[in-house]
Amino acid sequence: MSDVSGMSEDVSRRVIAVVAATQHLAPETITLDSTFEQLGIDSLDGIGILFAIENEFNVSIPDDDAKSIRSIREMVEGVSKLVAAAGETGAALAG
Amino acid sequence: MTNRRVAVTGVGVISALGPTTAEFWTALIEGRSGIAPLQSIPPGALRFSSGAEVRGYDPASYFTPKETGYLDRFAQFAAIAARAAIHDAAIEWTDSLRERAAIVTGTCIGGQSTQDEGFFQLYSEKTNRLNPLTIPRTMSSAAASWISIEHGIRGPVFTLSTACSSANHALGHALWMVRQGAADLAIAGGSEAPFSLGMLKSWELLRVVSPGACRPFSKERQGLILGEGGAMLVLEPMDAARARGARIYAELAGFGMSSDAHHLTQPSAGGAERAMRRALDDAGLAPERIGYINAHGTGTIANDATETAAIRQTFGAHAERLAVSSTKSMHGHALGAAGAIEAVATVLALANGVIPPTVNFLGPDPACDLDVTPNHAKRAHVECALSNSFAFGGLNAVLAFRGV
Repeated sequence: MSDVSGMSEDVSRRVIAVVAATQHLAPETITLDSTFEQLGIDSLDGIGILFAIENEFNVSIPDDDAKSIRSIREMVEGVSKLVAAAGETGAALAG
Repeated sequence: MTNRRVAVTGVGVISALGPTTAEFWTALIEGRSGIAPLQSIPPGALRFSSGAEVRGYDPASYFTPKETGYLDRFAQFAAIAARAAIHDAAIEWTDSLRERAAIVTGTCIGGQSTQDEGFFQLYSEKTNRLNPLTIPRTMSSAAASWISIEHGIRGPVFTLSTACSSANHALGHALWMVRQGAADLAIAGGSEAPFSLGMLKSWELLRVVSPGACRPFSKERQGLILGEGGAMLVLEPMDAARARGARIYAELAGFGMSSDAHHLTQPSAGGAERAMRRALDDAGLAPERIGYINAHGTGTIANDATETAAIRQTFGAHAERLAVSSTKSMHGHALGAAGAIEAVATVLALANGVIPPTVNFLGPDPACDLDVTPNHAKRAHVECALSNSFAFGGLNAVLAFRGV
C-alpha cells in the first residue's frame, strides 16, 4: 500500500498516459502544470478523456466535478480523491 | 410563379404534455412540466433519472396490431401528429391536391429503439433472429412514408436529419416548396423516440444531461432533459387557405439556416446569429417586428449563454424588449422533433396572445440576461416570432412566424 504522495505519483503517471493516448500526444510533452487549453483539449476531447480515466481507475467521475477540471493537476487531484474513496480497489484492479 | 405567402392551417402534437394539442397548450400556459422519473429504463442504470416521456402511451389506441408491427415508436408519433394536424386543418382532399401535396419530416435518430432491441437479441441473447421488419422500422424516412401511405399523399415526400435542428430544416424546406409552387400543401414537422438504454447511455457520456430539473437560462442549470414525441404542421398558400375559409394560426413567413463551421458539439454565437438574420431577411421582417423568441434553450451551460449572446448580436437594443422562453423546460428536448413541437408552441402563442414560460427558473445567470418569461406565462399580443433550433455539429435553423 503506497502512501499519499506515492499514490499521487502513480496516479499522475497514469493520468498523463491516458491523456497522451487519447489525444495522440507524446507523454513527455505533458506535465502536471499543463492546462487543457495548452494541450489543445476542448470539451469534446475532455469527454473522451474522462471516459478513458474512468476505465483506467475503475471510478465514476460525477458531471459536476468534471466541469471544473481545467488542468492535468486538477485531474490528478480529482482522480486521487476518487481512488482513495474507493479504497484503492480501482488502482488494484487497473494496475 | 410569384412567391406565395404560406399559412399554418393545422397543428398536431403528441408529447410528454399529453397526446393532444389541447393538453399540450394547457400545460404550457399553466407552466406544468411533463418531465418525470423515467419509466422506460430501470432506475439506477444511468446518472440521470428524468425524461419527458409520452406517459401511458398505448399504440393500440391509434394503430392496428399489424400497423404497430410496421412502425417504430418514432414513426407512430409522427403519424399521430400528422393525423391530428390534417384533421385540425380540415383539409378538403381532392385527387389533384393529393398529387400536389408534400410531406417533409425530421428526425435525429429514427427507429433506433428497434435497432437497439434487435441488436441486443442478436449480440447478447444470441438468438440469431431479428424482427424481420427491422429495416423498414428503423429507416428515418419511415415516418414520412407512412403518412404518405395513410393519407394517399403522392407529391414530394422526404426526410431531413440535422440532429436537433431536423424539424426546423423540414419545416423550412416545406415552406419554401409551398411558397415557390413546388407543392400546394405540405405536412411538415418531426418526431423522435430516444428512450432506449443504449441511446440514453450514449447521452450520459456526453455529460450534458441534467441529473435534476431542466432550467434553461437559469442560474444553477445543469443540462438538458431528453424528450420524445411528434409534431406536424399543415402549410398551404395563404390565398388558398383564405379562399376555403380555413382557420389560420399564423403565417410561416421565413426560414434561415447556417452552419457554424466550428465544432461537433460546442455552439457558436456567430452561426446562430446568421441563421436568425437570414430568417428575418427571408420573411422580409425588420428585427424590431419580433416580439417573441421560442429559444433553442436546452438548459446546458453552453447553449443558453451562447444563444443569449446571439440574440443580443442579432437584435441589439431591441433584445431588451423581446419575450424569450424555452418550452423545453416542460416538454423536454425532443431532438429531431424539438423544432416542430416548438413551432406549434410558437403559433399557438401568436394565435392566443400568450407567451409560454420557462419553468424551473431559480434566478438570473448574468450570461443569460434576457427576459426569459420565468416560471409564469404572460399575456402579450406580439406581431411576429422566431423559433430557434441550433444542432450539435453547428447546424442552425430558424423559423419566422407572423401573426394574422
